[in-house]
Amino acid sequence: MAEGETAMQPAAGASGTTAAAAAPPPPSPRRGPPAPGPDSNQGNLDSHLRPPEALRVIGQPLRRVDALAKVTGVTRFADDLVLPRMLHMKLLRSPHPHARVVAIDTREAEALPGVKAVITGRDLPIPYGILPVSQDEHALALDRVRFVGDPVAAVAAVDEETALAATERIRVEYELLPPVATVEEALQEDRERLHERTAYANVHKAVSLRFGDVEEALASAELVREDLFFYEGNTHLPLEQHAALALFDADARLTVWSSTQTPHYLHRALAKVLAPLPASRIRVIACPNGGGFGGKSDPFQHEIAAAKLAMLTGRPVKICLTREEVFYCHRGRHPVLMQVRTGFRKDGTITGMHFRTLLDGGAYGSYGVASTFYTGALQTVTYRVPVYWFEGARVFTNKPPCGPKRGHGTPQPRFALEVHLDKVAHQLGIDPAELRLRQLQPPHSLTANHLRVGSMGLRRCIEKVLEGSRWHERRGRLGRGRGLGLACSSYISGAGLPIYWNSMPHSGVQLKLDRSGGCTVFCGSTEIGQGSDSVLATWWRRSWGIDPFAIRVVTGDTDLTPVDLGSYSSRVTLMTGNAALEAASRARALLARAVGAHLGVPPSRLVFAEQRVFDSEEPERGVSFAEAVELAEARFGTVGTTGSYTPPPAPGRYKGAGVGPSPAYSYTACVAEVEVDEQTGIVRVPKVWIAHDIGRAINPVLAIGQVEGSVYMGLGEALMEEMEYRPHRRLVHKMPSMLEYKSPTALEMCEVVTYLVEDPDPNGPYGAKEVGQGPLLPVPPAIVNAVHDAVGVYIDEIPLHPHKVLAALKAKAEGREPRYGPARFPPVRYPAPLEVGLPEPTPAQPAGAAALAGTGGGRRP
Amino acid sequence: MPGEYLHLRLRVNGEQHQLACASHKTLLEVLREDLGLTGTKHGCELGECGACLVLVDGTPVLSCLALPQELQGREITTVEGLADGPRLHPLQQAFAELGAAQCGYCTPGFLLAAKALLAEQPAPSREAIRQALAGNLCRCTGYLKIFEAVELAARRMAGAATPGGQRSAATEAK
Repeated sequence: MAEGETAMQPAAGASGTTAAAAAPPPPSPRRGPPAPGPDSNQGNLDSHLRPPEALRVIGQPLRRVDALAKVTGVTRFADDLVLPRMLHMKLLRSPHPHARVVAIDTREAEALPGVKAVITGRDLPIPYGILPVSQDEHALALDRVRFVGDPVAAVAAVDEETALAATERIRVEYELLPPVATVEEALQEDRERLHERTAYANVHKAVSLRFGDVEEALASAELVREDLFFYEGNTHLPLEQHAALALFDADARLTVWSSTQTPHYLHRALAKVLAPLPASRIRVIACPNGGGFGGKSDPFQHEIAAAKLAMLTGRPVKICLTREEVFYCHRGRHPVLMQVRTGFRKDGTITGMHFRTLLDGGAYGSYGVASTFYTGALQTVTYRVPVYWFEGARVFTNKPPCGPKRGHGTPQPRFALEVHLDKVAHQLGIDPAELRLRQLQPPHSLTANHLRVGSMGLRRCIEKVLEGSRWHERRGRLGRGRGLGLACSSYISGAGLPIYWNSMPHSGVQLKLDRSGGCTVFCGSTEIGQGSDSVLATWWRRSWGIDPFAIRVVTGDTDLTPVDLGSYSSRVTLMTGNAALEAASRARALLARAVGAHLGVPPSRLVFAEQRVFDSEEPERGVSFAEAVELAEARFGTVGTTGSYTPPPAPGRYKGAGVGPSPAYSYTACVAEVEVDEQTGIVRVPKVWIAHDIGRAINPVLAIGQVEGSVYMGLGEALMEEMEYRPHRRLVHKMPSMLEYKSPTALEMCEVVTYLVEDPDPNGPYGAKEVGQGPLLPVPPAIVNAVHDAVGVYIDEIPLHPHKVLAALKAKAEGREPRYGPARFPPVRYPAPLEVGLPEPTPAQPAGAAALAGTGGGRRP
Repeated sequence: MPGEYLHLRLRVNGEQHQLACASHKTLLEVLREDLGLTGTKHGCELGECGACLVLVDGTPVLSCLALPQELQGREITTVEGLADGPRLHPLQQAFAELGAAQCGYCTPGFLLAAKALLAEQPAPSREAIRQALAGNLCRCTGYLKIFEAVELAARRMAGAATPGGQRSAATEAK
């Protein structure tokens, strides 16, 4: 039996059997939230699958372990850190969207009193990038700038004012190049290329993957429908501006504290760019992030430049970006144009699908290759798509680079697919919910594009939101200007493959136990507000009977903690959870042997509960947890264990199969209610019902927080948020401020009814799947579908600005097609399709159930 | 290259401070950099996000837009001044319990805006809470748990009032 499985055995004497043996103390009023009041939305936990014996801590609402630090202002974010003799750094950024850097004169800046060092691209000539295939960035422009805001030089000075004044004294000679402003321009061969390595013209990446005979499926379909959609780019807008502090100490060791979601990847980028400084002398500490949402997942110029300046000056160097600079860092949602062509039978079931995407990537690669594949990867995991063809392309333009934002490349195609299905449902006269329920992808199956689906609770999710919204009674009957819309979605619980090719674990956990009874958990995961530290502190109760608040959690420090790949792709609960359970079960085995020998009881008879280890047959015979550690230390020496997690191998074996596989998929269904003002075109969303199949809610307080936060962010993307650039080829960001980049305030936020559906996945720790990103996905299409229910027009473009609604209403009134959206898909030279074919066995047959059982640390409950 | 220096006397969280600082510094900068009160956050430094909100004589003020020399002799309250020693303010307690703080970066501003609201309206409606907090941005929570936490704190503070209707010192240490 795998170590990790021990912890899952209810009969082995973990908390499952302890209810009778030792009654728990009454919950402390300080720790748990009060019972929900009538006006409270604590969510409705759908616990039909929960074992009869309560899981005590797993599944219990608990406040975060870091909550008190956060409400007292004690949490130290990166910009809160101050070191003696600290210098301040400022970046000089390009005012041009596209130019050659001919010469830089820094003499005047260096001469300014208080300036300690000035660096340019020549000081950091090694390129880097988050993906091994896209090493196309420089910390400071080497010979070319590619967007307004691209950093050119960095200054370290005694204070911020001096550093800023020095940047104004740097003379840069630019040779202006014609900028590439749009995807259409990027597709043209006669334009200046941003990068040498492209597929063609300014096409960064173009792919074509075909799974089965799609043309035949479409030809034999009873209805073929083709639609075009556009999802505008938007940005993360975390409240905390990125900040970094670098220290190069007397022993030639570099430490960088940063607001990063991915300390491990930053560590690798620093080691590459700062060579020959060895990686073993670089330490990255991820501070708690003041919001990330994917926007702090790349290694950033300011982090590298601060490190270099610390090395040059021998003094600590700090920078906190201005809000304007955060807009230049971007790495946000890609604008994506989409064409979806699907064959249907008369009953609305899909016979085959051809999905095309075109992404505006901005100036650099970032995660863009992965983003491109993600725009085609997850269409198949919600509804049965028997044969599938995906063509995707990403282009370079002279704008801030796009990257991963909550949902990474999947909210855009999900929007397209869900509105497309709504249109088909209307065309065929089928209830949109029924159309979806007829063709759900079966659990424990393989999709056409070789993704292995595990647990699949979408049916129950749909039923929940239909019931909650009284869909069948109210849809189409809400009166003029009001409507209901439904959409569904799915998301990965962690990427099945790492960003760089290796066969090491994705997540590692180390435990240190000592005779005080204290336990410290070390893990490279990064707290970005989602509650990963809290989840990491939760597992021990089930294994050992230890209160989560008694655990010390040390995370996100490359010197102290084993590697965890970072807080992205919704991977942390599943992957660190499985690693933690493995470490816990190994430590438990050590303690049980020591205590068993001491009491003369077989270890299998011991129960760990309520900070004690005792004989299940004679509960009064036992020792305290601290004594158990003492016994283990005496018997085995210092007590510490490790655990690690590597996702199961992905079934796909084709080029491009690396994006999409996940140990488990979460599922979401959403009904939105809207009010459309036909005079102004303004859309209001008073209420949203959302059901999320989380596998198992480890802590419902955190889970509901993620659902509500996702609804909020989806609402913002649907109604108002967008990156806009000034025209006339200047490509200056139109609105690099929080006020002008509109996001929902307390006044715009809708009421949310949350249902947590628990369909445990065999690969998840206690069955848990992701919740941080998936619930965003169905919100924009549900709103668009509701607008159609309200006023009979489709807005095939996000965000839903009032002028678009008015234009569609006008089209409808004039007898034209009642829609607003893109009119054409420009000709893209996609490569010849890679004929992957369908997986064996065919998707209709349950596949891999046996293979699933042996993967990961989880076990099917 | 700071220019002219000012000598300031500021009363923050009930403590009197004397300091010299550059004349252009905002209250936000003085709190964070000169007094080490880093609980007050910044998200824009343009008065757009509410992360830097503090109370001046009980009234919400965006510290990134306030000059400290104009606030001498006034009572400034930051998040560090909310708790009564180890005893949390009911708002802090409710925010922690209900998950109203996720990343926690906007939390200090919300707590102080809510404190000012409850001082004026001990039992605010949901709509009044929305209005009072509309100047503070939060990107994590979707605001709903914040509304609920303010309502919970209001109920607890009302419950802590003595039978005679007078508030106990602990509920509103203004």
